[in-house]
Amino acid sequence: MNFSEVFKQTNQLCKVSPDGKYLATCVQYRLVVRDVSTLQILQLYTCLDQVSHMEWSSDSLFILCAMYNRGLVQVWSLEQPDWHCKIDEGSIGLVSSRWSPDGRHILNTTEFHLRVTVWSLCTKAVSYIKYPKACQKGIDFSRDGRYMALAERRDCKDYVCVFVCDDWHLLRHFETETQDLAGLEWSPNGCVLAVWDSCLEYMVLLYSLDGRLLSTYSAYEWSLGVKSVSWSPSSQFLAIGSYDEKVRILNHITWKKITQFEHPAIIDNTKATVYKEAEKRPGVGSDEMPLHNITMGATLFNTQSKYEICPLPVQIPVVKPDPDRASPKIGISVLAFSSDSRYLATKNDNMATAVWVWDMQKMSLEAVLEQTSAVRCFQWDPLRPRLALCAGNTKLYLWSPGGCVSVQVPTEGGFQVQSLNWHCSGDSLILLGKEQLCLCYMDTDQEDK
Amino acid sequence: MGEWWTTETSMENYEISSISHVTMSPSRRNNLVSMYSFPLSKSSYSVISAFCTEDNIPQCISYINQELASLGLSSTCIEAISPGGTGLSTVPALNAMYELLQIHRRSMCNLEELEREQLRKSSTLEHIQMSNTRLKDQLELSIREKSGLHETERQLQLKIKTLQSCLKTEKDEVQKLQSVIASRASQYSHDAKRKEREAVKLKERLSQLLIDRKDKKLAIDVLNCLGRADGKRRHWKTTKATSSHEDEMYKSLLSDYEASQRSLMLENAELKKVLQQMKKEMMHILSPRQPSTRGATADDSQEQADLDGEAKGGDASRESLDQYCEHAREQLTNSIRQQWRKLRNHVERLDSQASQAQNQLESNKEVIPRETHEDEMERMRCEVQQCREFIHAQQQLLQQQLNTSFDDETAALLNDCYTLEEKERLKEEWRLFEEQKRNFERERKNFTEAAIRLGREKKAFEEDRASWLKNQFLNMTPFTHRRRYSSSDGQSALSIRSEPEIRMSSVKSQLAKSSTYTTFSTPRPSQSAPVPSTTELYRTLRLIPDSSSSRHSNRGRWPECSNIEDGETLVRPKNRLRSGGMSIFSLGEDENSFT
Repeated sequence: MNFSEVFKQTNQLCKVSPDGKYLATCVQYRLVVRDVSTLQILQLYTCLDQVSHMEWSSDSLFILCAMYNRGLVQVWSLEQPDWHCKIDEGSIGLVSSRWSPDGRHILNTTEFHLRVTVWSLCTKAVSYIKYPKACQKGIDFSRDGRYMALAERRDCKDYVCVFVCDDWHLLRHFETETQDLAGLEWSPNGCVLAVWDSCLEYMVLLYSLDGRLLSTYSAYEWSLGVKSVSWSPSSQFLAIGSYDEKVRILNHITWKKITQFEHPAIIDNTKATVYKEAEKRPGVGSDEMPLHNITMGATLFNTQSKYEICPLPVQIPVVKPDPDRASPKIGISVLAFSSDSRYLATKNDNMATAVWVWDMQKMSLEAVLEQTSAVRCFQWDPLRPRLALCAGNTKLYLWSPGGCVSVQVPTEGGFQVQSLNWHCSGDSLILLGKEQLCLCYMDTDQEDK
Repeated sequence: MGEWWTTETSMENYEISSISHVTMSPSRRNNLVSMYSFPLSKSSYSVISAFCTEDNIPQCISYINQELASLGLSSTCIEAISPGGTGLSTVPALNAMYELLQIHRRSMCNLEELEREQLRKSSTLEHIQMSNTRLKDQLELSIREKSGLHETERQLQLKIKTLQSCLKTEKDEVQKLQSVIASRASQYSHDAKRKEREAVKLKERLSQLLIDRKDKKLAIDVLNCLGRADGKRRHWKTTKATSSHEDEMYKSLLSDYEASQRSLMLENAELKKVLQQMKKEMMHILSPRQPSTRGATADDSQEQADLDGEAKGGDASRESLDQYCEHAREQLTNSIRQQWRKLRNHVERLDSQASQAQNQLESNKEVIPRETHEDEMERMRCEVQQCREFIHAQQQLLQQQLNTSFDDETAALLNDCYTLEEKERLKEEWRLFEEQKRNFERERKNFTEAAIRLGREKKAFEEDRASWLKNQFLNMTPFTHRRRYSSSDGQSALSIRSEPEIRMSSVKSQLAKSSTYTTFSTPRPSQSAPVPSTTELYRTLRLIPDSSSSRHSNRGRWPECSNIEDGETLVRPKNRLRSGGMSIFSLGEDENSFT
């Protein structure tokens, strides 16, 4: 495992192009494009203001930089550095900007969700979509990029519009049976649309592409409901995380619950492995390190840590949320399937230090990673069943079915990993600190062992 | 032996009489007391208070004799050597003294034994009392505990009641809160809708305003337009395009459905394969079992038939499996279901059998201890009951003993009277028995005497008859006269000679054995062989012994009948009361009659 040198970045704007060749980073108002392999700067663009959002087009030819506070979007071409494009939303304001899947259109959501403006870079044409709903996830493109689903709110009723992304033709427009639609997501095969209600009601609805209601699912009433929804890459499972600290798995044939994963504070499931991160000060003999621990390049002032396998039962630290505050820190906020749909990683907000890994074949708990600090982010390797996570400290953690490692990021000045992104090849990781970034290269041979 | 018995009986008599004195005539107690107190006064012997003086010796003797007689020692009578003299005849006096001493020692022994008994009883009584008090304490303690438990139970009941009321109020509260929540929710949704409408209005207004202002800034500034990613030109928005979108959508949906159907079909095929295999295995499992149990029950044979039918059906279904025929599939699943049911039944049966066997084992294991346990319990209960009765009786006795002012000896006698009464009864019976025995003895003697007499008479009669026959014979011969004298001489000589012999034998017959008779009487038949009647007569009279072989067998027959009948007629009137002793007696009588 190797680490690159540290680069500067702002707003954690750092993205690898979809083809995996380039790395774009924003430093204040500058956009820097590097070659991933050499990390040499290929292009340097200067934006009009500090960039709030940056995104690669699907063909890796263009980069979108949005400056929300000025209502501006600038697009840069990698092939033609001279080419430029500036979209000004004017006084109506801008809250969100994104590429359409074809990479030739830009969808801007105006302030107050007045409308969604669709700008075409081919024809300079502009079109509006009115009444978009301001919600958790109001727009979703199907994975093949052909369809876009948009949540709408008219006359206090929720609607879903399905557009054909080719020519923004409205394919379907139907009312959903939700009280207050909170999000929608296409299944990976693009044929089923999952729609869920806001946290006040536990309600998940499944629509076919042609707008037919396939099924509805509600686990309970009277309590805070859905917090997160995630499809498995195989479209076989729909995982629903809720405020009752449970994950429910629906199947794709009957859309009924197969199983539910609970997140108890005391783990006594004998099949699960509990890895507990144990910190130790440097100077303690490093030859005592067990098999599952690889601490690397320990600097003098950093603490080392290692994973220990805890004998069951294990008590996971629980933070009791304040019931009087809105959006309480409880329930499953993050769900992530591994690329082969074999594993599901979850995080329960009132057990912020633990990441739970579930085996979807055995439908049981596989492992629990208990960290010393709250987990900030975790992401699956796009090719292998390998989970990377960070906890806002100087360490990177990796889990795979074979074991668990904690890696010290060997950089000067206390690089604290706030977020991470896998390279699409799964060979490297981009670690993002507060104002820095660093690449971590996986030693493929070693990992194969 | 007779001596011992007499002493014994006299002793018993004494005891009995003394008890009867105590129990029946209280006036005699004074006598006894005086008698017992006599030794005490002996130490302070003085002429005045002395029992016997020079003057009153005869009176004393008579008095003592009286007393001795009252004690049952009537056999020994103290007498003065000479009437009016001072000396006593030593032998009876010493005998009396000896008897008295014996009595005294025996009574002392009894006393000692009784005292020991008394001690033991008192100690057990003490023990029982102690245990009684302990049990009482325990009882009290447990009663206290019980009351405590009652109290706690009451408290708990109270608690339960309060908790129940709490629960009720809580439930009410919950209901109330739920209604509150519902009303709030409706209120909230209403407000939300109102606000949303306002917001929508505002948005409309805002967008209208923005459009009206002709915002110059809203613009796109592109250096040169880009080509489409796919390189195609943009389509016109036509109905054709719309329909093509629809087509594409449906196509994608269709392909998705096809894919899912394919996967489902694959899965189905897999499952079917599994099903088939399962069926095959089930048949395999079920079929070898069949022959062993075939004919055991009609049910099994029916099962077998079903199975055969199913096997055919299964084959048929397998053939048509590839055709995905609905009917065949149904058949397959049905057959599988049936077989599964059968298998399950079988397994259940096995299970139940196993459990039964286990139960039996367990019950066997359990029954024996239970029985023994119950027996033990019963036994212990009986024991406890007995002990209780015993304790009760003892307590009563103790109470009596403590309460009544009897002196020790009287009390002891009283305590002893029960057993003594019994002894008395036994003695009585023994005496009766003895008497009967003596009677029998006497009768037997009489009978033997009678038999001897009869024998003698018979001999005399025989002799008479012989002489008579001789005379007859002599008279019948032509030389009657001549021969009469000689024969009479010979006869007389003979008779004289034979007479004492017979006499002696008859005298000795009481002691002599039957063998003496044989030596004596064998020559007789040879002599009197020409006269069969004589031998018959002899035989009748049992003077001629039977041959050794026929002797026993003849015994019960007619020859001895008369004799036995005689004996019986003699005995019967006396023995009619005791039919049980008859056989013994008659047998003994038989023997006697022979000797």
